[in-house]
Amino acid sequence: MGKYVLQRVIYMVVTLWVIATFTFFLMHTLPGSPLKNEERLSPELQEQILAEYGLDQPLPIQYVQYFKRLLVGDLGISFYYDGRKVTDLIAGGFPVSAHIGLQAILIGVLVGVPLGCIAALRRGTAVDNAATLVAILGVSVPSFVLAALLSYYVGVVWGILPAGLWGSWKHSILPSLSLSVLVIAQMARFIRTEMLEVLGQDYIKTAKAKGLSQSVVVMRHALRNSLIPAITILGPLMINILTGSLVVEHIFAIPGMGEMFVQSIVVNDYTGIMGVTLFYSLLIIIVIFVIDILYGLIDPRIRIAGVKE
Amino acid sequence: MESLLEVHDLHVSFDTYQGEVQAVRGVSFDVKKGETVAIVGESGCGKSVTAQSLMRLISTPPSRIKSGAILFRGQDITRFTEKEMQQIRGSEMAMVFQDPMTSLNPTMPVGKQIVEGLIKHHKVSRERAWEWATDTLQMVGIPSPESRMKQYPHQFSGGMRQRVMIAIALSCSPKLLIADEPTTALDVTIEAQIIELMKELQKRLGTAIILITHDLGVVAEIADRVVVMYAGKVVETGTVDEIFYRPRHPYTWGLLQSMPRLDQEKSRELRPIVGTPPELIHPPPGCPFVPRCKYAMKICQQEMPDMACPTLSHRVFCWLEHPMAPTVHFVRS
Repeated sequence: MGKYVLQRVIYMVVTLWVIATFTFFLMHTLPGSPLKNEERLSPELQEQILAEYGLDQPLPIQYVQYFKRLLVGDLGISFYYDGRKVTDLIAGGFPVSAHIGLQAILIGVLVGVPLGCIAALRRGTAVDNAATLVAILGVSVPSFVLAALLSYYVGVVWGILPAGLWGSWKHSILPSLSLSVLVIAQMARFIRTEMLEVLGQDYIKTAKAKGLSQSVVVMRHALRNSLIPAITILGPLMINILTGSLVVEHIFAIPGMGEMFVQSIVVNDYTGIMGVTLFYSLLIIIVIFVIDILYGLIDPRIRIAGVKE
Repeated sequence: MESLLEVHDLHVSFDTYQGEVQAVRGVSFDVKKGETVAIVGESGCGKSVTAQSLMRLISTPPSRIKSGAILFRGQDITRFTEKEMQQIRGSEMAMVFQDPMTSLNPTMPVGKQIVEGLIKHHKVSRERAWEWATDTLQMVGIPSPESRMKQYPHQFSGGMRQRVMIAIALSCSPKLLIADEPTTALDVTIEAQIIELMKELQKRLGTAIILITHDLGVVAEIADRVVVMYAGKVVETGTVDEIFYRPRHPYTWGLLQSMPRLDQEKSRELRPIVGTPPELIHPPPGCPFVPRCKYAMKICQQEMPDMACPTLSHRVFCWLEHPMAPTVHFVRS
């Protein structure tokens, strides 16, 4: 196991380096420059500013310099948010995005998994149809539509919860809810399909033949075997939600990371783009790693070869 | 001897989009304490459906027990509630399935899979159940059972898994073991071992066995009595000797003819039964074997024959048994 983890960590570092390199060079091919109001600045001033940020050097030199700083954990100073370190910006925005995102995932799993199970067990009944409807709506209604509706009705019209802004835990409920609908829908869909498949398996019949009740059969034998596909989609879904909540963050006026990412690309904030990309990549790589470990925990057949029980 | 199980005129149907498929159409037989009854017949004759109906394991819908009675120790279990069925499943009657590769839960150690039935039915502590289960594994011939208990099904071979299945089935000492083609998925040497094991355990525990199979070799090896099924009906039943040496139904003749024999000349080809069984959506009014029967008469197409009893244990459903029918002799070629 130790060997396997070490191997994976090395791969992760290499992957991260490849992503960083690609992003670095691709970013520089973006049209425009990091300078604001370029046409109003004199050429001398432009040169002076570029020199200050090291942007007058040839690209390979910039690359080497960037990596030197990266190795000591320095992501540089943002071009856009005046004088603030990129690491600080991430440290400020990410906890907010992560808070909303994790809550959304939690709600999604806690509601979606039982929903999928019930739909499978009551296949073809009104309950199943209702669950399917929820799943279809959840997948097809964009989260920002729901966000706007929730903000308007729950926040403004009924005044039950804050319509926006960031502050207490109450502020996180509506954004989390709007993000969780997609998770609920995806979980319910995948669990339902897989559960139906598993319930038709021979070992379920074996379990029934032992005299176990329906609920024990489902909880002890069927559920665990139905989890693999759900876990598989949970990874990308998680990344999607932890990072891609831009629109929802915008609607609720939350100082999360989504806003920062888009903004940094729009204004050619090179250090910002690099910082956020690297951070997201690291997150994705770690999530994938964790999911690979989870597979083994759920299904012993997927455990890494050579690992003794 | 006292009957453990009596099946009376059992009808089981599947509701499909094409219509009602009458998979089992009036099956009757009985099993006495401690004996082995084999149910034989080709694929789709309703033998597995019959077996699973006995434990009410067929899923409803689409399938349902339409009519008939299943008397287990004198009680009609077709009237049992699901709760009552759960009480006797595993404890009074147990089942071994065809494919050991898929019949065990892949994500649960085998020990746990044996223990759950014990805990459910005997209300013993986890530790006691674990010891008990370890002994059962030993009994079915799995070496070093203590360490094997903690392993997962994929760490066992096919034959070993079937032994585990038998251990699960026998852990609560059931009165009746239903084995649904227990050796079909195994290779021949392992098949012999499993049959030998079942025979030995039966002797030791006094469990009655219903063996579903299409392998007449296995039947000859283990069964006391045989029920021959065709198209959802019983066509002939009798002791092993009666079925093998004095068969009276043309379908049984066909089955025996299509079985390879060691003492037969090499040049002689096996004789398959030509044709296919009827569709059970619209079962024929008469004997279902008519289209494939060399000896079919006019009456065979119109009406089901009555039961004939050449001996006390032998039952045949064939118009050839009628006093007015021509005499036909089965000569084993």
